[in-house]
Parts: sequence; structure tokens; C-alpha cells
Amino acid sequence: MKTAMSKRAVAVVSFAQSKNVRREDHRNEVEMLLPVVSEVLGNVGLTKDEMGFVCSGSSDYLVGAPFSFVMALDAVGAWPPMRESHVEMDGAWALYEAWTLLNEGEIDTALVYSFGRSSPSDLNKVLALQLDPYYMAPLWPGPVALAALQARALVDSGKATEADFAEVAARSRVAAVDNPYAQVTGNTSPEELLAEDYVAPPLRRHALPPITDGAAAIVLAAEDRAAQLCERPAWIAGLDHRIETHALGARDLTVSPSTRKAAVGAGLLVDEALSTKAGPHIEVDVAELHAPFAHQELILKEALGLSEKTKVNPSGGALAANALMVAGLTRIGEAASRLMDGRAQTALAHATSGPCLQQNLVCALQAERPEGRGARA
Amino acid sequence: MKERLAVVGVGQTKHASQRTDVSIAGLVREAAKRALEDAGMDWSDIDAVVIGKAPDMFEGVMMPELYLAPALGAVGKPMIRVHTAGSVGGSTAIVAAHLVASGTHEKVLTVAFEKQSDSDAMWALSVPQPFSPPLLAGAGGYFAPIIRAYMRRSGAPDHIGILVAVKDRKHALKNPYAHLHIEDISFEMVRDSMMLWDPIRYLETCPSSDGAAAMVLASERVAKSTVTGRPPAWVHGMAMRSEPTMFAGRDQVNPRAGIECAKDVFGQAGITDPRREIDVAEVYVPFSWYEPMWLENLGFAAEGEGWKLTDAGATSLDGGDIPWNASGGVLSSNPIGASGMLRFLEVALQVRGQAGEHQVDSVRRALGHAYGGGSQFFSMWVLGADKPD
Repeated sequence: MKTAMSKRAVAVVSFAQSKNVRREDHRNEVEMLLPVVSEVLGNVGLTKDEMGFVCSGSSDYLVGAPFSFVMALDAVGAWPPMRESHVEMDGAWALYEAWTLLNEGEIDTALVYSFGRSSPSDLNKVLALQLDPYYMAPLWPGPVALAALQARALVDSGKATEADFAEVAARSRVAAVDNPYAQVTGNTSPEELLAEDYVAPPLRRHALPPITDGAAAIVLAAEDRAAQLCERPAWIAGLDHRIETHALGARDLTVSPSTRKAAVGAGLLVDEALSTKAGPHIEVDVAELHAPFAHQELILKEALGLSEKTKVNPSGGALAANALMVAGLTRIGEAASRLMDGRAQTALAHATSGPCLQQNLVCALQAERPEGRGARA
Repeated sequence: MKERLAVVGVGQTKHASQRTDVSIAGLVREAAKRALEDAGMDWSDIDAVVIGKAPDMFEGVMMPELYLAPALGAVGKPMIRVHTAGSVGGSTAIVAAHLVASGTHEKVLTVAFEKQSDSDAMWALSVPQPFSPPLLAGAGGYFAPIIRAYMRRSGAPDHIGILVAVKDRKHALKNPYAHLHIEDISFEMVRDSMMLWDPIRYLETCPSSDGAAAMVLASERVAKSTVTGRPPAWVHGMAMRSEPTMFAGRDQVNPRAGIECAKDVFGQAGITDPRREIDVAEVYVPFSWYEPMWLENLGFAAEGEGWKLTDAGATSLDGGDIPWNASGGVLSSNPIGASGMLRFLEVALQVRGQAGEHQVDSVRRALGHAYGGGSQFFSMWVLGADKPD
């Protein structure tokens, strides 16, 4: 199997997001998206008519309406008709689809966006409908209960403690203080967080993601077009994603082999056995990891063999804002932003989908323009 | 830069109103296994899986690709889930095709399905939303006034829709996988069936089906080395277009997105006169009148003239020069999410000479078409027996 390396040099050239909030009371999905889409295009002085392709990610079940992406397209305004597609997944996978088309070489720009409005529903019930409809969903295990099983397995394995979860949450909240789009922020110590009651042992409130309404958008561009549009494009050096079995009982929940495999595919790791050296295996300036639950960040760091020198989730991550179907795309946007403003030279972004990190995407970003297949002659 | 690619494996389920003999996983696996067998491949040969279906509420499973990953051999591989309304079966195949065309993968399994008996599509289409008038009547209620507008605009006589309904059901009798096999289908039977949404009669409407479709798409290198003895169906063009649901001035009878999508896909395939150069077409016709409407939208007939082709029998397997929906089409099998992929898949069968009793003679090039939403999402591909230049 070929690794999913770039065939052309493709970059993130613009990123925009809405303020992440607990409840968008007064705006529908189109109204949430419109300013975000305007900003992401305005950043690079483009109009939607200049987009070679438009791709979005969202889930009908969050809105409680079939075809919720149909009206959302009005935020772009698909007239005259445009090349457009949609994944019923996090927007990170919409970005993957757009990246594929840019690699193919027929287009030079693409708009990717996603929206997630969790407030109208009861997520514990809605996300239970992601499970096997015959054997698991009828038992209604919610996402928090399943994450707690995973966290328990991690504690039992001796790899982490509840104090480690509090460390992750405290660091995320402190980091999020500087993120004007974040929802959960504050200078709280791990000790204070450990004093909270359990929601589902061993998970306390701080180890859970907030319930968030939000939207995000990215503009991708290829080759010289990217260099024209952006002073410091965040070049995609590699991008891959992998899925694991749905049967939780058949997985070792304390590890994330699909994340590791995706990192190999994205060119960040040499092989899945991490056999080449003792580690760390990935040393990038910044890693934005989509870990909705605190313990999942620890699992992801181990899967990636991430260096202690790498700054993890400087945005605050999913513990600071977790708009479903958006938070993965936001990780790519947050990581790319740090390259675009010159704060970092290399970055890793990760997105997840499904219960207990079932499906994972890894994106390698760098300030240096890679030599794509169709690179400068 | 674009890599050539072909369909090397095709599989579908027997479509029926209720496939109570299989789970959702069993249903998709039935189609996927047949596609792999047709391609002479095993699960382990596949690099990535692209799956599509219409709204999750049609089965009541949110993002079912998560649950279906092991059933489709996707564990450890990339898996993508596409949803573009009724056009999704076609769009899913196109997303999968781009994974090959971009050189990302060489062997991609693409699957689409709907198990309508698990839920109620009519209900799922009519969930009340704030500030939106509820449809309450499903897709038929939405499209009936548009059909009425077409009839008024073109001056088409009332019986055209009935002709399409009879023709496609006759075609379905030659397709063992089709849901509806109405042995004694006749003009009178359709004419006398209940009026559901005037002018759409009961027998001018698609059924509600359980079913799945699957294809294996392969790079030129893989397609050329196939040992199955069945020829590849080469992709000569593929295109998608979207436009907004509603705004003043939008022509819902002859949507611009459809016109431009057809122009794009025919341009890629070097086709200037589709009626002459396309040998067979599988076009998404869920309500009978959409045949003459799409004949015009796709450029097989001038505006206002589509119904004359239908009236003259040009689209019939029985002596027509441009057979449409030789498989029986959406009017005979409608697992919604898979209906578009069935169109794409049926033309692969035709190009490969594998369509059995409903095979059209010496097919060189064929058009697969799907549409969705309020006639606003389009996906199309042109397949050919010869490798494109």
C-alpha cells in the first residue's frame, strides 16, 4: 500500500472558527457558518467563486434533521453551481477529501468547513446511536460511560493515574486562557480539579469535554497558488487516517494502533513497531490532539511516541471546546495557525471519530514547502 | 497527473421491501463480497473503503460506518463516509474514484446501502424544524408540483409518465436483482393505480427498498493485470455539481447544476452528442416524469422535446436507440442511499458486457447519473469499454 504522502505541495492558507459556546440560542447553522466562511475567504482575499472545490463535514443526528448540510451550504452560496461534497464525519475528513482532489491536480484551491450544534440534543442518548444497533445501542451506553471504561482500563494497566488526567485538564484550561474562541478556560490547579466529584469513575468533570456549539473553516491551496495567497503557508507533508473495529471488547482500549498507523501513513513514523530507535519518535514543535477525554491525550501521546519537547494542545484542545464534527478540523486549523504566524516550524494535527478513539486521522504540517510530484519545475 | 482507473468488480444484493434475513452489516457485506469475488480479490487486497448512504435517520444509526468497519474489512484501513442526499450513491463512487485517480490508493472498495425497513423514510424526511414548513409528504409531495410545471411548460401529454413506469418495470423483469417484478405490468394497470401526489400515481413512484451496491475501483496497473477474464469498465469522466435548494429564479424543472454537471462529464469523455455517442444510460428516475425531464437536462433532447423520445420508445430496451434504465431503474429498486450507486454500477455491467438479460448490444460508452435534494445535487460518470486516451 502506498503511503498517503502529498503528490503536490498542498497547504492550509487560511483558518477561521466561531466562538465555541455551550448554546447557540439565536443563530441557526447557516448563521453560525456565514461569518466563519466570510472570514476564512477574506483572510486570503478570495471569493467562493474562486474555490475549485467545497467540502463539508457534519452530522444530521446533532441537529435532529435529515440533510442538515443542505441548508448549511447556503452559508457559501452555491450559485452558480459548484463542485461540492459532504462527509457525515468530522470536517477533518472533508479536508482529506479536498486534499485528495488537490493532489490530483485539477484544482488549486478548496474550501472546507464544518459545523456542530450539540445543544439541541442529549448527547449521551444521541451518541449511543453510533453503536452497533443490534447488540450495543439497545443497552444505551453513553459516550461518558464508554470513555470511563477506557480510562479505567488505562488506570488498571498502570500507565496513568487520575492525577495524570487532572494534569492534562489543568494544562488545557491554562492554555485556553489565551484562546479567545475557547469555552472552558482558567488557571485551575490539578489539585483543585482532583477535588471534584466523579461523573463516571475514574472520570471527574474536568476529564470530560464540554458540550459545544461551533463551526470552523479552512482554505487549502496547492503549489504556487498557496505561496501567493499566504506568506507562510502551513504545508501538508502527509495525511492519513485509519479505523479500528467497532467491537470494544475486541480492542485493547489503552492503546491506539490506528493513530500510530495513520502517523506512519502521514510520514511521521517509520513503522508501526517504533523499532528504529528508542524514542521520542515524533518531535514537532506543536501537536494538536483531538482528545475529547483527558485520558485519551495520554493514549495518543504514547501511540505517536511524542517528544516531551512538543507543545501539546496550545489551543486548549477538545477539553476547552468540543464542537462535534468540528473539533478535529479545528485541530488542523489551530496547528496550521502556528505555522502561518511563524510561531512553529513543524506541527502535527490529529482528529478522532467514534467511541473510545475508534477512528483516527493524522496530519503532518511544516513551514518548509515539500517537493510534491508536481513541484516547481 | 490524473491516473486512469476502472471498475473491476461489481456486486449488489437482491433488493426487496424487507430484507429481514440480514442485518445492516449482512446486507452491505452481501454486496461487497460479490464485488470482491467479481474482481477476483479478497478483503485483504483492498486499500481503503468509501461508504455512502442517505440520512442516518433512515435506519436510526448515527454514522453507521463506525459499526460497519469490521463487516467491510476496513479495520486498519482508511474509511470515509459520504452523504450528499439522494445523489450519495453516485457521489460515494466518485469520492472513491478520486482516491485512485489521485494516486493515493490502487484498490478501493466502495459501498452504498439503505435498509429502509429498519425505519421510515417518510417520517425521517418530515421531522419538524423550527421556522421551516414541514414537508409531511415525503419526496413525492415535493416533486409533484415541479412535474406539473414541466407538463405545462413542455405541453407533454398526460400519458408520458405512464409509459416510463411501464417501460422500466418491463426492464426490471430482465434483472434478477430488481425489487419489483410485476409480471403483468400494463399501461392500464399504471393508469388505474391510485393517484398519490397528482400527477404522480402509485405505480409511477419508486418503491421503498432494502438493498446495497458495491464496486471495486482499481488503478490502470491493477485493472490491466486482472485475471478474472471480465474486462474492466474504464472511467472516462466524472463530475459533481451542487446548487442551493431555493431562491427566486432557480429553475427546478431544468436545474442549471444538472446541465453544467452533464457538460463537464461529457466534456471529459469527449462526447458532444450524448444521444448518438452514449449507448445506454442509467439515470436516476424516482418518479416516472423525471425521464423526459432529465432527457432534456442532460442534453439527450432539446428543451421541451424530451417527452417525444419517451413517447417514440427511444428509451426502451425493446428497439429504442438510447435505452434508459435497462435494469429497471429507481422505479423498480430504491434502496435510497444505494440507488445512485446502482446507476453507476449498472453502466459498469453494460460496458463490461455482464448485464445478462438486460444487456444492450455492443456498449462502448455509458452514462451513470444520480441526483438528490430538491434536484440540486448531481453526480455523473461516463464509463467506456476502451481505455481513455
